[in-house]
Amino acid sequence: MFRRLFNVRLRAQIVKELLSILRDPRSRLVLIGPPLIQLLVFSFAATLEVNHVDLAVYNRDTGRASYELLAEIGAAGFVNRVYAVHSPAQRRALIDREQVIAALDIPPDFSRNVAAGHTATAQVILDGRRANAAQITLGYLDRIAARTGAELVPDSPGARDPTVVRHWFNPNLIYRWYIVPSLSGILSTIIALIVTALSIARERELGTFDQLMVSPTTPFEIIVAKTVPAVLIGTVLGLVMIGAAVFVFGVPFRGSFGLLLPSLVLLILSMVGIGLMISAISSTQQQAILGAFAVAVPMVVMSGFATPVDNMPRVLQWVAECLPLTHFLVIVQGCFVKALPPGVVWGQAWPMAAVAVVTLGIAHVVVRSRLG
Amino acid sequence: MSTPLVRRHDGFSLRRLVALIRKESRQLIRDPSTLLIAVVLPVVLLFLFAYAVSLDIRSVRLGVVLESDSAPAQSLAAAFAGTRYFRVTTVHDRQAVGDALVSGALRGMVVIPQDFDQRLAARGDRPLVQIITDGSQPNTANFVANYARGVVSGWLALQARPPAGAAPPIALAARFWFNPEIDSRRALIPGAIAIVMTIIGTMLTALVVAREWERGTMEAIMSTPASVAEILLGKLLPYFALGLAATGVAASLAVFMFDVPLRGSWAVLLLLSSVFLVPALGQGLLISALARNQFVAAQIALMTGFLPAFLLSGFIYEIAGMPWPIRWLTCVVPARYFVASLQTVFLAGDVWPLLLRDLAAMLAIGALSFAVALWRTRKSLD
Amino acid sequence: MATLPEPGAAPVDAPGIEITGLTKRFGETVALAGIDAEIRPGRLTGLVGPDGAGKTTLMRILTGLMTPDGGRALVAGRDVAAGGDIHSITGYMPQRFGLYEDLSVLQNMRLYAELRGVAAASHDAVFARLLAFTRLAPFTSRLAGRLSGGMKQKLGLACALMGQPQVLLLDEPGVGVDPLSRQDLWRMVNELTGAGMTVVWSTAYLDEAERCGHVLLLDRGRLAFDGPPEKLTARLAGRSFRLEAVSGERRAVLAEALELPSVCDGVIEGSGVRVVLRRQARRDEIEALASRSGATVVPVAARFEDAFVDLLGGGPGGTSALAARMEPVTLADSSPVVCRDLSKRFGDFTATDRVSFEVGRGEIFGLIGPNGAGKSTTFKMLCGLLKPTAGEARVAGHDLRRAAGAAKSRLGYMAQKFSLYGLLSVRQNLDFFAGVYGLDGALRRERVAEMIEIFQLAPYLDAAPESLPLGFRQRLAMACALMHRPPVLFLDEPTSGVDPLTRREFWTHINGLVRRGVTVMVTTHFMDEAEYCDRVALMYRARLIALDTPDALKHAAATAECPEPSMEQAFIHHIQAADREDEATTRSASP
Repeated sequence: MFRRLFNVRLRAQIVKELLSILRDPRSRLVLIGPPLIQLLVFSFAATLEVNHVDLAVYNRDTGRASYELLAEIGAAGFVNRVYAVHSPAQRRALIDREQVIAALDIPPDFSRNVAAGHTATAQVILDGRRANAAQITLGYLDRIAARTGAELVPDSPGARDPTVVRHWFNPNLIYRWYIVPSLSGILSTIIALIVTALSIARERELGTFDQLMVSPTTPFEIIVAKTVPAVLIGTVLGLVMIGAAVFVFGVPFRGSFGLLLPSLVLLILSMVGIGLMISAISSTQQQAILGAFAVAVPMVVMSGFATPVDNMPRVLQWVAECLPLTHFLVIVQGCFVKALPPGVVWGQAWPMAAVAVVTLGIAHVVVRSRLG
Repeated sequence: MSTPLVRRHDGFSLRRLVALIRKESRQLIRDPSTLLIAVVLPVVLLFLFAYAVSLDIRSVRLGVVLESDSAPAQSLAAAFAGTRYFRVTTVHDRQAVGDALVSGALRGMVVIPQDFDQRLAARGDRPLVQIITDGSQPNTANFVANYARGVVSGWLALQARPPAGAAPPIALAARFWFNPEIDSRRALIPGAIAIVMTIIGTMLTALVVAREWERGTMEAIMSTPASVAEILLGKLLPYFALGLAATGVAASLAVFMFDVPLRGSWAVLLLLSSVFLVPALGQGLLISALARNQFVAAQIALMTGFLPAFLLSGFIYEIAGMPWPIRWLTCVVPARYFVASLQTVFLAGDVWPLLLRDLAAMLAIGALSFAVALWRTRKSLD
Repeated sequence: MATLPEPGAAPVDAPGIEITGLTKRFGETVALAGIDAEIRPGRLTGLVGPDGAGKTTLMRILTGLMTPDGGRALVAGRDVAAGGDIHSITGYMPQRFGLYEDLSVLQNMRLYAELRGVAAASHDAVFARLLAFTRLAPFTSRLAGRLSGGMKQKLGLACALMGQPQVLLLDEPGVGVDPLSRQDLWRMVNELTGAGMTVVWSTAYLDEAERCGHVLLLDRGRLAFDGPPEKLTARLAGRSFRLEAVSGERRAVLAEALELPSVCDGVIEGSGVRVVLRRQARRDEIEALASRSGATVVPVAARFEDAFVDLLGGGPGGTSALAARMEPVTLADSSPVVCRDLSKRFGDFTATDRVSFEVGRGEIFGLIGPNGAGKSTTFKMLCGLLKPTAGEARVAGHDLRRAAGAAKSRLGYMAQKFSLYGLLSVRQNLDFFAGVYGLDGALRRERVAEMIEIFQLAPYLDAAPESLPLGFRQRLAMACALMHRPPVLFLDEPTSGVDPLTRREFWTHINGLVRRGVTVMVTTHFMDEAEYCDRVALMYRARLIALDTPDALKHAAATAECPEPSMEQAFIHHIQAADREDEATTRSASP
């Protein structure tokens, strides 16, 4: 059975596909280089921390409390530069021009209030255009304010937190532990899609597709022959990136590799199916590339990479459930920092398998019908 | 024939340019894939950014472990159940929730200990509750920790017997200018526009110019009196118009359907988009001049145009948080300036000092890529 | 008859193009090694030479698309390297003419009219004239991509003629064009030169070169001949002969003739064999050969092609190393290719209408017809690329509908573009095609090694197919198509755009294979090639209108004015006869 399935014709085509992707050192470089560079760049670029920000301070208080608070802020690691401003107009201009992300406004009675045991309130104006960064900055400032308060009034309530917080799996909430495994999934998805979306369309434009069709090979063999190398290459690249996550970025791997690998293969297989389907339907390379894009962009956006799927409206959650990437992200995030149990992995794996079966089936039918 | 049939033109000819533009527009309209990218994708993306991608987290699944049966403990648990930020599952056994955290069924848990009443009476000597989060999603974990803490503090305040003193000595009152409700949709729309414009400007342009080389039509056109500048302009202007049209669609949707305010003027929005198309088209042209093959052109456009516009433009990830080599790298990503100036025009208004800086940067990058592309195209066939 | 606008005001005696010491190199390769020539207006100048001789490079320099490394080229008195308005006085039609396939005929014409500065007010008049001139008037709204090869070339010519260029440069306009359209192209070009235009026609087809008023023959970047074609042909006087009434196998006779030391070149011509003797060779050997094979030797007029092959040092030998290695084909079936009432409809359009014929074992069967007559559709159904709407097609005894796989493994296929994988090396291409036809293990290694040896591919094994000289690319394509030893071979315009020497080598192998019992089915636009066939089927308007031996077809076309028609004339005659018949039936049907 196996010999019949993997007959000579099929093997020859698989070798052909592998060679046409890998023979030329330049195209090898184009295939392998950029994803690794992207992984490196984006892993450092994608961060939820804020650093090197500039602040403005409009201080109308002359007491000790404001002095202490500003000293703490000036010494904080995330602050690049503090501008002292002397009028609301000046402050407004700095924020408008995005020279500062936040401006602290300390009222004249600030230190007096602290000394009197009242709560001293300073106003923080934040740039809502950069909503994300502004919120994070506010979080940092809040912490500094609480700390300064506790130092000034040792027995104050801010000094004691009524709760104790533990982050499991990632105690210091290192964002890179999240982003690197996710990126490895996203980048292998995009590669698998681009490589396969062009494969049939290109052969058709160059005329070699006719050459294949007059040979005794069947549409089924053609689809298998285009699937196997793309899955191999996509999986290897995915593994390289997962390896980089572990050995270069130091992300702990606590789950089961034996579960992650088949999931990766399923992800690539389903993306190859989508790519081949697009390729079989397109009549030109341009259509194939743009088609792949029209699929890839919304897929990445909806996969839960940027924001959790739980946050989406119900209907969009259903759509997200149909995307292989959504499921793989759950698996890869789970397999890295925590040991996702096999049952959960299986629950996320079968939808990918279903997508693969459906899309490869459609690609096969389209290729076969082109003969008619 | 007595009338002269041919008018000779020296240098630039508007008529030839118009003819080339008409040709390109016809081809553009005829191919369904360009419409897919120019019309359908912007609408889908805006829709997704408006509804699917929200950085504002709500209804996170939280487990509350109620180890104490006392009335105050029950009241605190009720306080958790009452907030719209959490979807609470109440259990009495710590172990069950631990497994749910591993499997991802819950994103965090709050343990109200057996000796909750004693701790409450001790007034702050020992923490009242323990908050445990799923750190595998740091974003959500942070949110859970902060809001759970907030719920406990709020509950304590309601009990009217705070552990000590009155209130914290220093408080910060935050006000977000331009976006008071910090609606992330408002920050994401400019990013969506930048992405669509990058796909049309860089990706599509790189493809269509590469196609002319591949099919040999470039050679025929270059053997006519049309100059290189006319040929390239004739190629680019239709995509320029398409890019502006896509921006128009996206901006109208944002303003009229998704209630994003446009505090600046439409004229400035148009100006910004036009100027952004200069580096975008220049990059597309440069890619096709280097690749001349649709497959390679698509890959280069993906890696140097699309992904940087997505991840390095500052609309999802703050540039200020990146390490310095990457911050330098973002300086040559035109989308970075476009996103920043769009955010200003939508949410703040026409702040010229800021806009002029961004416009100048985009024009400079555009001029550079155009210069290189022209130089590469001119020595074309040799 | 529509005539063209009078040409630009170029003084007739001044040379249209003056070339002095022109050189061009690409890295290591010398494309042009110092060319000196003068091209005059008012007569057609042919630019001929084998592939890689530098024809396209010269054309591109003359249109200002490339700058020469040395020397000078003046077009209508202007230096092409100086830039300026050179483009407004030249019309250029590149090899793959730059038509926008997704624009209509009229939209393409309008684009080029605007680009070449034709005044808007005169558009309609100019278009009307050019449409009448090219006979494209009925198709103005059709997309250029849907035109046949001949119509595309005519449209390309119309576009290149916009704005009355003084100099017209045509790069291989005859490739992929059927005899009818080619006749049109000739008529058009002759009218243009008659009006005083300078026209350069580059070609690899020597019957085309023979019709030019003046010929520049390029060989490896050098000018090998410059003068009227008759002058070159005259050198061959008394060296061309035809062996008529060959009783035995004419292919065997040709093979034998080509091995004779005194013979420089030879081809099959209908039922006879045409040979060219070497310079100062005696005719003893061919006389002896003729008497052995019961033929008579008749002196015939020399052709330009004879002179061309002679100038380039003679054709390849007559034995095919490939055929020598191949064991005779054993096929039970006496008719390896059969089609009965084969039809194909695309929607309302019938591409092939109830076509029936049988091809015998060891026969070369030609399928010819104008572009769009349905021959490629028929051909594609026979090799399994299209499913017939009705009727039956069998190859090597297998029904293509029911046992497509079995039929396909018994046929070899070679298309005009030599569809090889450009991203794979020569060896990898060989390995791939061996594998896809089911050759495995030791057998595959043996066959691949055999092909490398036969076609002398060893020096190129690691190269990309595109970087190979055309002749080797063709050898590789043949090797790939033949590795599985198919008893039936399908050739789809196999020598389109290929120079005569490469073409001869190709047919030597095919003739050798046929003598081993291989059945060959070929489509071609090249009428000399139709003469190599045992039988020719002529298709027109989806139907089979004639099926016979080349000689019989020529005989049937003989008229009082043209007692000995060429194959091309016969082709046109049969088409026109079919047209007249159709008209007659329509007239009688609707009184």
